[in-house]
Amino acid sequence: MARFLARRLAQGVVIVWLVATATFLLLHLAPGDPVAASLDNPLTPPDVRAHWRHVYGLDRPLGEQYVRYLAGVAHGDFGFSVPHRESVAAVLADAVPNTLLLMGAALLAAFAVGMATGVAQSRRRGALDRGLGFFTLLVYSVPEFWLALMMMLVFAYRLRLFPVTGMFDPVMHPYFGFWGRLGDVAWHLVLPATTLALLGAAVVARFQRAAMLDVAHQDFIRTARAKGVPERGIVLRHQWRNALLPVITLFGLALPALLGGAVFVEKIFAWPGMGLLTVDAIGTRDYPLVTGSVIVGSALVVAGSLLADLLYAAADPRIREG
Amino acid sequence: MHFVAWGVYAVITLAAWRALGHLAAPHDMVPRAPRNPWSDVFGRLWEQRDGRVAIQVLVALIVLAALAPWLAPYSPIAQPDIVALHNLPPSLAHPFGTDFASRDVLSRVMYGARVSLPVALLAVAVSTTVGTLYGAVAGYAGGRTDAIMMRIIDAALAIPRLLLLIAILVLWGTVGAGALILLLGLTGWFGVSRLVRAEVLALRDRDMVVAARALGARNAAIIRRHVLPNVLSPVIVAATLGVANVILIEAGLSYLGIGVRPPAASWGNIIQDGADQIATLWWVSLFPGAAIIITVAAFNVVGDRLRDALDPRQLDGS
Amino acid sequence: MTAPLLAVRDLHTWFHTSAGIARAVDGVSFDVQPHETVGVVGESGCGKSVTSLSILRLIQRPGRIEPGSHIEFDGVDLLALDERAMRAIRGARISMIFQEPMTSLNPVFTVGDQVAEVVRVHSNASRREAMDRAVAMLGQVGVPAPAERAREYPHQLSGGLRQRVMIAMALVMSPSLLIADEPTTALDVTIQAQILELLAELRAKMGMSILLITHDMGVVAESCSRVLVMYAGEILEEAPVTTLFAAAHHPYTEGLLAAMPRMGHARERLAVIPGSVPPPTRWPQGCRFHDRCPYAWERCATEHPPLYQIGDGHVSRCHLADEPERRVQRVAGGKPERTAAGEAAR
Repeated sequence: MARFLARRLAQGVVIVWLVATATFLLLHLAPGDPVAASLDNPLTPPDVRAHWRHVYGLDRPLGEQYVRYLAGVAHGDFGFSVPHRESVAAVLADAVPNTLLLMGAALLAAFAVGMATGVAQSRRRGALDRGLGFFTLLVYSVPEFWLALMMMLVFAYRLRLFPVTGMFDPVMHPYFGFWGRLGDVAWHLVLPATTLALLGAAVVARFQRAAMLDVAHQDFIRTARAKGVPERGIVLRHQWRNALLPVITLFGLALPALLGGAVFVEKIFAWPGMGLLTVDAIGTRDYPLVTGSVIVGSALVVAGSLLADLLYAAADPRIREG
Repeated sequence: MHFVAWGVYAVITLAAWRALGHLAAPHDMVPRAPRNPWSDVFGRLWEQRDGRVAIQVLVALIVLAALAPWLAPYSPIAQPDIVALHNLPPSLAHPFGTDFASRDVLSRVMYGARVSLPVALLAVAVSTTVGTLYGAVAGYAGGRTDAIMMRIIDAALAIPRLLLLIAILVLWGTVGAGALILLLGLTGWFGVSRLVRAEVLALRDRDMVVAARALGARNAAIIRRHVLPNVLSPVIVAATLGVANVILIEAGLSYLGIGVRPPAASWGNIIQDGADQIATLWWVSLFPGAAIIITVAAFNVVGDRLRDALDPRQLDGS
Repeated sequence: MTAPLLAVRDLHTWFHTSAGIARAVDGVSFDVQPHETVGVVGESGCGKSVTSLSILRLIQRPGRIEPGSHIEFDGVDLLALDERAMRAIRGARISMIFQEPMTSLNPVFTVGDQVAEVVRVHSNASRREAMDRAVAMLGQVGVPAPAERAREYPHQLSGGLRQRVMIAMALVMSPSLLIADEPTTALDVTIQAQILELLAELRAKMGMSILLITHDMGVVAESCSRVLVMYAGEILEEAPVTTLFAAAHHPYTEGLLAAMPRMGHARERLAVIPGSVPPPTRWPQGCRFHDRCPYAWERCATEHPPLYQIGDGHVSRCHLADEPERRVQRVAGGKPERTAAGEAAR
């Protein structure tokens, strides 16, 4: 088990290294040089440009730049974000926990609702199945940003049930006690998390339903019936426990897509996370921040996949021997 | 530009149907009485009501998009009266209302199809081609080469596609439609390559390939006659589902302002037009979103049904 | 004659598919006495597995046990029971083991857990007690170091061990009837012998009956006291085992026996029964074997033969019982002669 873990960790490191290399290439293949955007003012005299190019090490050979870049990444140094006047690492450090909170809540809700729906669908094959199936298909086909807009329209503007944007009340938040602050954040979390969770749940439901149906045909289900196990035991212990496995795999596979969705949701609901920063960086042409986001985002995905692999190994004894 | 796009799209469709024909050809080496293979797969698609409806929806969409210049009530870029006619809610004259520049939203949505659909189809053509080649080479080569190639894919799949696209588009600045299609295609082939590699690996060691090799057949011939038909099956399914996905991504990019840019209408950027004042201009965002949902759902259904129809094991009754 | 443990009368199990009604089991009747091993033999698709599943009412849609069928076990009408009562019987009074031990065991639970599950479902035993009984049973079926093995998963065991686990699961509650559906088909020959021996031993020790389903005549010869030969959803012949091997009546049985490769008999080609089983949606009128039968004549194509009494406990569904002089092979254009198969079986 420990060997398995070590191996997956090593693989993860390799992946992050490859991603960092890719972003390095991107940065240097792009037109203009990485500093140009920050020094966009055409009136900047050439010697100031040269000075800053020297500071950023852009006058060194490519190979050396690559090594310094990698060393930076390994230490969590992604460069300096001029629009934010802070190191990219500091900016991201503030934002990433918020994104994690949003995604964590969304994942939890998505899997809970999705699994329940998928199991329910596989049990009653009639109208409920078809109805839910149609509904999940629709949700699955919705663009996240549109869904976010509609959710905001209906629940924030029209029904006034939830706040329109933000992670906490801009005025009152510092005055709340601990529970008050918690509640404030939670209340602001509902709409963005629900948007993400809805989409996630649709995907999970389809997978879970398919997995349940697949397992239903397996021989050991027949054995369990021949043993006299009651229906509930069959569904929960035998069927679902095995149908869980593909869904755990889905967890690892869905992370990149979820991060992508988070970008839109954070922008629309002004949730101060990584996604919002990235979108804003489009306008300010903040290259270090954008590439830093890519690397951090990938690292999060890798970490999530590792977690998914661990869960899978815990659930499937066949995998455990290395 | 549009004619080129439609031409390529038509060629792709025809090629796909021919490929489907090869697919229904024997997976094993037992000679079968010749039957029209197209109608076989198509028949299975058509049988199910949802597959039928989805295909009809897609055909209708394509026709609408193709005939938009003649069917649309107004020009999508005309701004007749920016003061009096802007921000009008849906009415008989403007079923989808007008936007901030007094442009008719219905016409814009119809023209949007002319952008979103071909972009998605072409992008998927790119990603399918690249992915199939890469996966086939990796699978057939095996050993260290395969391992390295797949590690690269693992890394590529770890990068959230949207973040990567944003990064590239930020760094490169404005790109034309062609470049956008290439970008979408080149960021989407990783999953396909894994699929193809898995199939090739499985087939490479299958008895019939070993037998063919033992009989002295050349590698290229083996690939063409045995490997390719079996590989095409999951690839076609992945391509169809991929189109659905790319439509969503392109819409997202256009929404963010880095995809298709105004005044050209793409469903994504029409949604953006209404987003800032969603509470009061909801119709501008609602309708293109609905168009996306219908289109993407139709592609998803067709993809699912294709997956069932191309499954060599016929499941009956359950 | 004591009351039979299991009495099956007129069992019809039909599958209602979009391609037609597949009459997988079409009018099967037989008894199983206490303490005996009855073999059901036939090729794939003859309905023997469906018969066994029907006894335990494990047939699922689109299959259905048709009205008019009757299954009585130890005086209880199984087809009239509600699902709960039936569940109480499955695994406790009638048990079943299947062909493929790997796929028949749940891969995510330990084998000890799965045996203990039977105990917990059918009694009030605590987890501890159930596991103890499971370990004890595993020991009885010949699993070495049962306490350690009980903590292992199915994929960690060999095929023979897995089948022993299946047997333990089936017998831990001491059922009176064990239905074994091809228990040795997926195993190596040496393991086969061990499993059959184990089953015989347990049958004697626990005093139960076994309904042994197989396509292997060798297994039948070794283990059973009485044999039923099935084909196309029907019983074609029923006889005590020695009678069957010495003096089989039905041409199909002859064919099966002739097809067994035997040591010491020099033969150039393996004898086969030509043709194949007709589809279950369209059983032929008349005798269902007639198109493959070397002796068939006009009556066979039109008149469905009943079970004729041949001897003591020996019945055969063949018109040859009525017109024995017809037992000559039809050879196109040549002289009719006794068949090699017929000779070999005698």
